[in-house]
Amino acid sequence: MNDFWEALLRVLTLADYNTRVVILGTSALGTACGVIGSFMLLRKRSLMADSVSHATLPGICLAFIVMVHFGGSGKWLPGLLLGGLISGLIGMGLVLLLRSYTRVKEDAALGIVLSCFFGLGVALLGLIQKMSRGSAAGLESFIYGKTASMLSSDAMLIGAVAAVCLLVCGTLFKEFTLLCFDQDYATSQGFPAALLDVTLMSLVVLTTVIGLQAVGLILVIALLIIPPAAARFWTHNLRNLTLISAAVGAFGSAFGAAVSAVVPRLPAGAIIVVAYSSLFLLSMFFGKTNGIFIRLLRQRRLNNKVGSQNLLRALHEIVERSGREQVTFDDLMAARSWSTAYLRRLIQRELRLGRLRTDDESYSLTTGGHEEARKIVRNHRLWELYLINYADIAPSHVDRDADRVEHILNDQVVGELESLLATEYPASNCPRCPHSQVAS
Amino acid sequence: MIWTSFDTWIVVVAVLSAVACALPGCFLVLRRMSMMGDAISHAILPGLAIAFLWTNSRDSFTMFFGAALVGVLTAVFVDWVNRFGGVDEGASMGVVFTTLFAIGLIFIVRAADSVDLDPGCVLYGALELVPLDTIDFQGGEVPRAALKLSAVLVFNILFVSLFFKELVISTFDPSLSDTQGISSKLMNFMLMGVVAMTAVAAFESVGSILVIAMLIVPAACAQLLTDRMSTLILLSSVVAILSAVLGHISAITLPKLVGFEDTNTAGMMAVMAGFIFTLTVLFAPRKGLLSRFRYRMELSLKMVEEDILGLLYRLEETHTEEPVQDQIDLQQALMTGAVTLKLALSRLVRRGKIRPKDSHWELTDEGRNRAKQLVRSHRIWEVYLSTHLQTPHIHTTAHRLEHTLSPSEIQKMEAELDFPDKDPHGKPIPTRLAQPEEGSKNDTDS
Repeated sequence: MNDFWEALLRVLTLADYNTRVVILGTSALGTACGVIGSFMLLRKRSLMADSVSHATLPGICLAFIVMVHFGGSGKWLPGLLLGGLISGLIGMGLVLLLRSYTRVKEDAALGIVLSCFFGLGVALLGLIQKMSRGSAAGLESFIYGKTASMLSSDAMLIGAVAAVCLLVCGTLFKEFTLLCFDQDYATSQGFPAALLDVTLMSLVVLTTVIGLQAVGLILVIALLIIPPAAARFWTHNLRNLTLISAAVGAFGSAFGAAVSAVVPRLPAGAIIVVAYSSLFLLSMFFGKTNGIFIRLLRQRRLNNKVGSQNLLRALHEIVERSGREQVTFDDLMAARSWSTAYLRRLIQRELRLGRLRTDDESYSLTTGGHEEARKIVRNHRLWELYLINYADIAPSHVDRDADRVEHILNDQVVGELESLLATEYPASNCPRCPHSQVAS
Repeated sequence: MIWTSFDTWIVVVAVLSAVACALPGCFLVLRRMSMMGDAISHAILPGLAIAFLWTNSRDSFTMFFGAALVGVLTAVFVDWVNRFGGVDEGASMGVVFTTLFAIGLIFIVRAADSVDLDPGCVLYGALELVPLDTIDFQGGEVPRAALKLSAVLVFNILFVSLFFKELVISTFDPSLSDTQGISSKLMNFMLMGVVAMTAVAAFESVGSILVIAMLIVPAACAQLLTDRMSTLILLSSVVAILSAVLGHISAITLPKLVGFEDTNTAGMMAVMAGFIFTLTVLFAPRKGLLSRFRYRMELSLKMVEEDILGLLYRLEETHTEEPVQDQIDLQQALMTGAVTLKLALSRLVRRGKIRPKDSHWELTDEGRNRAKQLVRSHRIWEVYLSTHLQTPHIHTTAHRLEHTLSPSEIQKMEAELDFPDKDPHGKPIPTRLAQPEEGSKNDTDS
């Protein structure tokens, strides 16, 4: 157990040279992928990363073959990555061409490029394994990655590419934003939309290619897709989205790399992806703006508000109609189509909130409750009058429309309605129900 | 090329798995869910790994069903993330399948001591080793994979033919299918189950990458060739068989050209599928790039030809004494490119509609008749537009419409307008041709 804590401490303080390289390298990669992935997510092109990363394999293999042919060892990393970059770009170009010039749909185009390019890569890999010169042992690491054995030169390369990506994204932030949200508008404003698109796509291929070495060509997809998808639960603002996405990318990568350094026999690439997924799940449930819980909570709040407003209005209208202060449960049941249990629950809450008081089986509004009920009834009737006067809707039909709208009228809208209808219905009064036969 | 019984078995197994994948693939592609095939075939890895650790054997029903179950779960998870999380569908797939793949990878590496499940084998299979693993079947030695895949193929054929109507209706109109009592959701998950099962059965021999290729590419080819569902399924099977056979042949022949023995068959099959797809995209009869390009060229050439005839006729009409054509730049008057103009002129000469005279062009009698009909069509359109629609700028509109109607339709229109003899600009409307057969013949050959 002591060994474990010691190992953990060493990782956390970045004491080991190797761990330091891996953690810094993967974090830089995660940051860059997180930023670029945000734009891909908004363009709904997340799966493009999938096709691109598979399409790099034939390029890498060809580069290897060419380098061996000219007498090299074939293991020169920049050369291999350049090959991957070129074939990744070709693959992406093909997807875009197929999508826009043939009847092939985008999803099929992605799948076709992905499988055919990867097939070619596998066939070339089959050749390489039979080559007498040069050893192919390193090439398969591009498929599954070899995070743990990252060299400091690899990390430097990743860092440099990440810096370039961040710099380009930072400079072209406004342009990319426009491209993501309204490409036609960008074109009409004179922005070179096609060029921007190509730039963004090239950045995607670039990050994918440097990610291959680190986490392998299947898991690099996760680096581009998961952090922005997770960040989307926290914000509606694109600047914050890229920042959070970058943070998720960096933290997830560092965490995954650290865990695989502490616990033996865990593939770092896979652990990084699992760390990402955990962050994604966490965000999906607890995200501040779009998380499942916050959305449920918002819905519950709205339901509560609508329920209690309906109850108060029903009570007020019964009092208005009958002149009695005391209203029985049966009166309320008859006012709307609600279930007994639901009505009881509503009444209990209103009693608790002090807007209702009860004495033996009948209910009446407290002063506060009366004030609140008057306001709701007033909103309801103002809206009804508005619909009758301005939207030409028959008085017998306005009740249901107003019933839905009354809950969401804010003070400003009510103010406008009042000034619009001011001559007939002075602000101090609650107008009479326009469609009811019973005068108040 | 040396062909042994080994090669025969490899091709048989490849064909079986290719067709088995192509059948459900047709529906995947039509539903625009191709990438789901990719997601499922990657995501079955943890299912395989867990089932393998559980049973400690490579060939068992547990492994098969474990993986198929994870395949279906992938579809369910993607649906959840998409619906409850509000994440875009592509991104949900990306999130789910990479996560499951990573989990599978962790399992495999953790159990590396006791397991010989090679991650590479998951991706590109071991088709070359298939004939080595045989079992007795009805007295003969048959590769285990061939038997397994035959069973899957039979199952898929049964699935597609038994549920043909349900699959088609839920693919093309999910809401209609729901109102008809066929749950589109259930059909969707059944299809995903079949895809997962096929992927699991095929992956061991051909690898997941060929599974993806065979799910998507044959169906995409067939979609460019036909609009009929039954033809589509047949054609995609044919493409699947072709790419399997050609794939193996090229895997053992092509590398010889560059001095190697052979290469990975599964990879070459995907390449061949891509090759067939490229050919289809270029040369498909109606939806191919070339035929669409040719059709557009034909149409614009026809218009230019008709415009030339019309222009020459009008010039004859206004300048009876001396030809003024020399002063007119045909290219500018017709607003067309130099190449198109040359092509159109040479075609007209070849068909005997015009002939060169001195330094300009002259209508032949046949050409004049044709031109008459065109100008007639144009002017009747002008009358029609000005009396019935009160359109301003009738000339440009009529110019576009004159190419569109057949002589008999023009005749009806003329009757509708009480046989006018002048167009709104006061120019005479040429009379109908004496022999209408001539007109209709001209119409079809131009």
